[in-house]
Amino acid sequence: MTDRRPTSAQNRGVRLTLIACLGLVAGMTALAFAFVPLYDLFCKVTGYDGTPIVGRGPSATRAEGTMTVHFDTNVAPGLPWRFRAEAPRVEARLGETQTVFFRVTNTASVPTTGTATFNVQPGLLGGYFVKIQCFCFNEQTLQPGETMDFPVVFYVDPAARTDANTRDYAEMTLSYTYFASRNGQPTAALATTGAGAGRPN
Amino acid sequence: MAVAASAGHADAHEHTPPFFQRWFNSTNHKDIGTLYLLFAFSAGIVGAFLSFGIRMEMEAPGLQYFSNPQTYNVFVTGHGLIMVFFMVMPALIGGFGNWFVPLMIGAPDMAFPRMNNISFWLTVAGFMSLVCSLFVEGAPGAVGAGTGWTVYPPLSTDGHPGPAVDFAIFALHLSGAGSILGAINFITTILNMRAPGMTLHKMPLFAWSMLVTAFLLLLSLPVLAGAITMLLTDRNFGTTFFSPSGGGDPILYQHLFWFFGHPEVYIMILPAFGIVSHIIATFSKKPVFGYLAMAYAMVAIGVVGFVVWAHHMYTVGLTLQTQSYFVFATMVIAVPTGVKIFSWIATMWGGSIRFTAAMHWAVGFVFLFTVGGVTGVILANAAVDRYLHDTYYVVAHFHYVLSLGAVFIIFAGVYYWFPKMTGRIIPEWAGKLHFWLAFIGANVLFFPMHFLGLAGMPRRYADYPEAFAGWHYVATMGGHIFALGMVVFVIGVVMAFRSKERAADNPWGEGATTLEWTLSSPPPFHQYETLPVIVDEPSHAH
Ligand code: HEM
Ligand SMILES: [Cu+2]
Repeated sequence: MTDRRPTSAQNRGVRLTLIACLGLVAGMTALAFAFVPLYDLFCKVTGYDGTPIVGRGPSATRAEGTMTVHFDTNVAPGLPWRFRAEAPRVEARLGETQTVFFRVTNTASVPTTGTATFNVQPGLLGGYFVKIQCFCFNEQTLQPGETMDFPVVFYVDPAARTDANTRDYAEMTLSYTYFASRNGQPTAALATTGAGAGRPN
Repeated sequence: MAVAASAGHADAHEHTPPFFQRWFNSTNHKDIGTLYLLFAFSAGIVGAFLSFGIRMEMEAPGLQYFSNPQTYNVFVTGHGLIMVFFMVMPALIGGFGNWFVPLMIGAPDMAFPRMNNISFWLTVAGFMSLVCSLFVEGAPGAVGAGTGWTVYPPLSTDGHPGPAVDFAIFALHLSGAGSILGAINFITTILNMRAPGMTLHKMPLFAWSMLVTAFLLLLSLPVLAGAITMLLTDRNFGTTFFSPSGGGDPILYQHLFWFFGHPEVYIMILPAFGIVSHIIATFSKKPVFGYLAMAYAMVAIGVVGFVVWAHHMYTVGLTLQTQSYFVFATMVIAVPTGVKIFSWIATMWGGSIRFTAAMHWAVGFVFLFTVGGVTGVILANAAVDRYLHDTYYVVAHFHYVLSLGAVFIIFAGVYYWFPKMTGRIIPEWAGKLHFWLAFIGANVLFFPMHFLGLAGMPRRYADYPEAFAGWHYVATMGGHIFALGMVVFVIGVVMAFRSKERAADNPWGEGATTLEWTLSSPPPFHQYETLPVIVDEPSHAH
């Protein structure tokens, strides 16, 4: 059996290979999780996948032409709210600051809290849709039966007309979905609305 | 290759442990390989049963067998997960890899025999978990996970409140852990335990294919594990990695999944590339054409395979530039793939070819894999894929490369190595009849799916309009023919064990040049008591 025994050089090699492999596995696992904040950052910076840009002030530039912006309002199951835009769509001049109001009503008999998530379609326009002010930046609490009008202040960046990917789009949709929330975090269905609604767990 | 000090058949050392010890606490690479092959066969039967349910339902429009179409989706999901993780991977990697990598490189066993045993039982435990998922609630009012093998959210989170998806995710965790440990074992064995004189550039192509596969596993499986762990916490602990309600994005899951998923399809086919090279060389009685190009083509496929993942995601809203890049990168893979196909043909060219059963399967593979590769290149065009994505055209594509690619080579490997593994002989007529039934059956089954896809039939639907009925009926008939072939296979194996005939050490003659053919059939429990020394001239015969 003596010639079958691994040499000490071989043992060292085995140990080194094992450590390198384990390092590789740990590295790739870490990378998978690191991808989450990186992807989030990437979307916010580039407007990738319909993530609108958050702007500090009005547009520095103007341009000829308009973009028709449609509004889409949804309420996730579990939040007893009514949610509408004041108009189904607006014709926005490129670079011009627009204000649109959204009306929200709490139909429950208890105070409820919600947070709106947002997205634009086509997703490629995300980088050119700039929001200066939005109710979706915070969560809202409505008293029983209370109705509120929340503004969204935005402009469509004229640069959308010079990007080959988005040059030809004349219409887009801004979509909101209200979720029940607590401290900005989504929660399951509210007790008052009964079981079986909202995120299932 | 010339073997100077050949392996002695030291029968004196033939002390096999008692039954329980041998098969449950097994640390012997050949026994573990056998366990993997038996496991893959059993899981394959379950997976085949599920596909039989699919084909029965699709034989005619309307709902015949599934009163709830969600249950149909559970069958589709179970079929996909089982065939990928518990049939193809255990057979090619755990089965043939464990059996023949140590034999071919002249190693006495794997580097970590006990870890090898753990890998196997983790895979079995994963399969158990998946079977459990079939029987617990998934979507409201239905049992099982009907998410597809890709487990996309939000269907797999909000759409399946029951624990079925948790069981399925756990199954992937377990088998993934098993595969990662197995991959570490292969890499360590191949890099450190080759016989004296066997440089990497003299190593048989099957060992090369397993080395590349193991690296792909090591780099891609942790990403899948991460993605499904996030799914699990989204489902159970209120995180929102993939849920827009908390700022997450379901598209992120698709990126993570396909970063694993595309390398995974090569994980399933690279070992087959290795096996087919040996079979074609053996029965053409010629060394494989372009050995080094063959080895490095596999390395190239592995590397490029990591940067093409979004060809599965053309429809999610990528920019034109991003799509152009992924189209180009995907097409690049066709180059090393073409190198392999032409080298197989060149190996046969001018060789003295013997059409044994194994050679039938190998040549059939080259033909059918080429068909699947061509449809892959068609799908790689983002503009075309806009139309074909999630249709039966894609189903046809991946069944040509998997069911007629990887699965054909599993059978080719069985017919090629059965005499070595068992010392018995499957009658040649059984292998050939099995081949023709499978070849005709699989083509009748999957070729019409191209037409269905082009006509607009979407995948993962239990029902369809009258217009698709004709080709679906034909496909189901093909499925029956394929199933008949499986019966012939079982008959062949039973006959091999009932016959008194015994296989020679090298039943295939001078074309079979790799080290396993220098051992007895079956090989001794512990081989290479004296290490073989490779004294080789130019690197050829592999
Ligand atoms: C020349 C090589 C190949 C190219 C260019 C290619 C390209 C593609 C493309 C573009 C898709 C996406 C289609 C769609 O969903 O719309 C696809 C799907 C798929 N391919 Fe390939 N492929 C190739 C080889 C392979 C191989 C070798 C395998 C496995 C052995 C494979 C397995 C699959 C699978 C399983 C899917 C479907 C995944 C799913 O959506 O469930 N492909 N292929
Ligand atoms: Cu792919």
